[in-house]
Amino acid sequence: MTAANSATPRSASVDARGWGWRHAGRTGWAVARLDLRIEPGERVLLLGASGAGKSTLLHALAGVLGGDDEGEQHGRLLVNGGEPAAARGQAGLLLQDPDSQVILARVGDDVAFGCENLGVPREEIWRRVHECLALVGLDVPLGHPTSALSGGQKQRLALAGVLAMRPGLLLLDEPTANLDPDGVIEVRDAVARVLEHSAATFIVIEHRVAIWQDLVNRVIVLDQTGGVLADGRPDDVLTSQGERLSMAGVWVPGRGHGMPVRRTIVRGGSDGILLRAESLVIARTKSVVVARDIDLTVGAGTALAVTGPNGSGKSTLALTLGGLLKPSGGQLEASAGFAAGAAAAPIGWTSRQLLTRVGTVFQDPEHQFVAGTVRAELAVGPRALGRSGPAVDARVDTLLQRLRLDHLAEANPFTLSGGEKRRLSVGTVLATQPRLLVLDEPTFGQDFRTWREVVALLLELIDDGTGVLAVSHDSDFVAAVADREYRLLPPVATSQPVVQR
Amino acid sequence: MSLLSIPEGTRAIFRVNPVAKLASALLLAGVLMLTIDWVSALVALGCELVLFFWAGLSARMFLLRTLPVWLAAPTAGLTTLLYGQAAGQVYWAFGLIHVTQGSSELAVATTLRILAIGLPSVVLFVTVDPTDLADGLAQVVRLPSRFVLGGLAGLRLVGLFIDDWRALELARRARGIGDGGAIRRLAGQAFALLVLSIRRGSKLATAMEARGFGAPIRRTWARPSTFGGREYALVGMGLIVALLAVVVSVATGNWHFVLA
Repeated sequence: MTAANSATPRSASVDARGWGWRHAGRTGWAVARLDLRIEPGERVLLLGASGAGKSTLLHALAGVLGGDDEGEQHGRLLVNGGEPAAARGQAGLLLQDPDSQVILARVGDDVAFGCENLGVPREEIWRRVHECLALVGLDVPLGHPTSALSGGQKQRLALAGVLAMRPGLLLLDEPTANLDPDGVIEVRDAVARVLEHSAATFIVIEHRVAIWQDLVNRVIVLDQTGGVLADGRPDDVLTSQGERLSMAGVWVPGRGHGMPVRRTIVRGGSDGILLRAESLVIARTKSVVVARDIDLTVGAGTALAVTGPNGSGKSTLALTLGGLLKPSGGQLEASAGFAAGAAAAPIGWTSRQLLTRVGTVFQDPEHQFVAGTVRAELAVGPRALGRSGPAVDARVDTLLQRLRLDHLAEANPFTLSGGEKRRLSVGTVLATQPRLLVLDEPTFGQDFRTWREVVALLLELIDDGTGVLAVSHDSDFVAAVADREYRLLPPVATSQPVVQR
Repeated sequence: MSLLSIPEGTRAIFRVNPVAKLASALLLAGVLMLTIDWVSALVALGCELVLFFWAGLSARMFLLRTLPVWLAAPTAGLTTLLYGQAAGQVYWAFGLIHVTQGSSELAVATTLRILAIGLPSVVLFVTVDPTDLADGLAQVVRLPSRFVLGGLAGLRLVGLFIDDWRALELARRARGIGDGGAIRRLAGQAFALLVLSIRRGSKLATAMEARGFGAPIRRTWARPSTFGGREYALVGMGLIVALLAVVVSVATGNWHFVLA
């Protein structure tokens, strides 16, 4: 592999001199008083609490923050001594969301896109396309449709597209946050291979330190109030700042203590059963069956984790059990006590009847937001139940406090951070106190702090008798919360029985 | 679900530059729109049906893709037959319905015309890859590349919008607001989709910018888009069919200029 040898770009330096940025329409500065120098070829892990401005810094280095109408700048930020926006292609940026980075329909064309924009001659473009696809280990034909790639493959495709521009500065903004465990390893290994072949300066943002620890030689921690909190060799910084970083939401290896614990253990007996599925066949749309022969029960005061590889139908199962998708075969019935006068099959319940029975938390919180403010969002459910004004207000106030969202009560839900959105989406279903909670990847992309809060909240609910069904790739989450695990097998095959944990 | 599914095939039609397909379809439609007689439409349709044998589409694919045209044409014809401008002998009348000699001639002409314009358009376009069309529009027609590539990248989002729409529908049921009137619910959902699509669009724009899109550099093209013999031949065929239709129609005295 002669990847970056032939035309290795000059690795870039980074200088921040009293640099700050404030997004248009915000009162606070996203980044303030930043002074720092990164030498060419350094490999940096950038840490900091959520809201410390890590992404803003990376976007600025890539020259995609926008002009004066997008925000206000203080001080100077230089890449190789020049303005980042003036030298497109010098910095390559890989973003978090795999879906929003695919630009064209065919794999080869997508990798070529950056080179075309930089005016690279045609023969040279295709040479680079082959080389970069090999480097990231994406072994598919050039004409392969990009829509058929998995999340990990899409991220590697985007990485290849970035590398093809031969950047002197490689910027990764939480490149694995939205991936399943296999995808995380794929991307991490691809980056490791790239770094072996490249002299480019490297900066990565990631909450989960363990993934990148061995690939970096410097850790910089941004302070939420401006400037740099800590800067140095990875081991030194993680030792001296471990406690603080952990509190700020960083997953510091070896700092698992202070984890929430369950008070009670499973109550046995069939009296607690809420839902029972027998030979259930689930389908995403009427004609597309994703799994069959599913037998399971969901009980009050217990937690069932649904696990399995991508495409095995985890989300479909959750949505079916939550009364949102119609089973395409078999039986799914609520116990008489749970149905409480409504139909036996959850799909037969009205939207209003669902509210006090099943609360479903979607994988993407943005899908379930329907109101203009956080407060109004929390009030949607109770109001749909026809509760009185004071009762709604009381419930909403309790939730705002419990979820640490009280200072954001009047904010638009879409403007919240990832962790805040997740807490709000859980809050919206808790507002009507459903007896069963269905969650789809509740810890996806969350920092350690939000993770801990979500787990603690769920454990408390389970102890109080709520049934929980959670789809998750996150083995730590399953270990902390679930009583039982239902593992779906890869597509086509049938499922295994429930495993007692 | 993807609007960008890549059509595949080995016959010549798949390799013709989409710009030529666009040009010949527009040419044919433009000429046939000038008149509303049945002769010109029948001549064009006859020529086209012969040409379709060389298009390289299987019979099954041809019928499947052109099904909407086969349904639309007689429907429009029937409507014209029943409600079209009454002229000449009245065959049957019932309330507002007047089937006359004039309306039945018009009905046949309408049906044939929709087939004559619709079928070749569908046949030419099911074999078009949007990426190739964008390449052609930018390199051959020389439309601004920012505009063309922006549109092409945006097209990819349509598939995601369909997924979003379904998730929004389920989420509304889960949130307790899925029971009300359908119109109100759809309006709210459509607004939510708009918000989501703007967010997706701006994320995509950032990703494109990060790859140097919009840089003040003269762009190169990884895929050449050329306009050569094959393309001229296709446009030429469109021209011949159109001319033949006009000549026969005028010669037989059936030409009926729409604006006259």
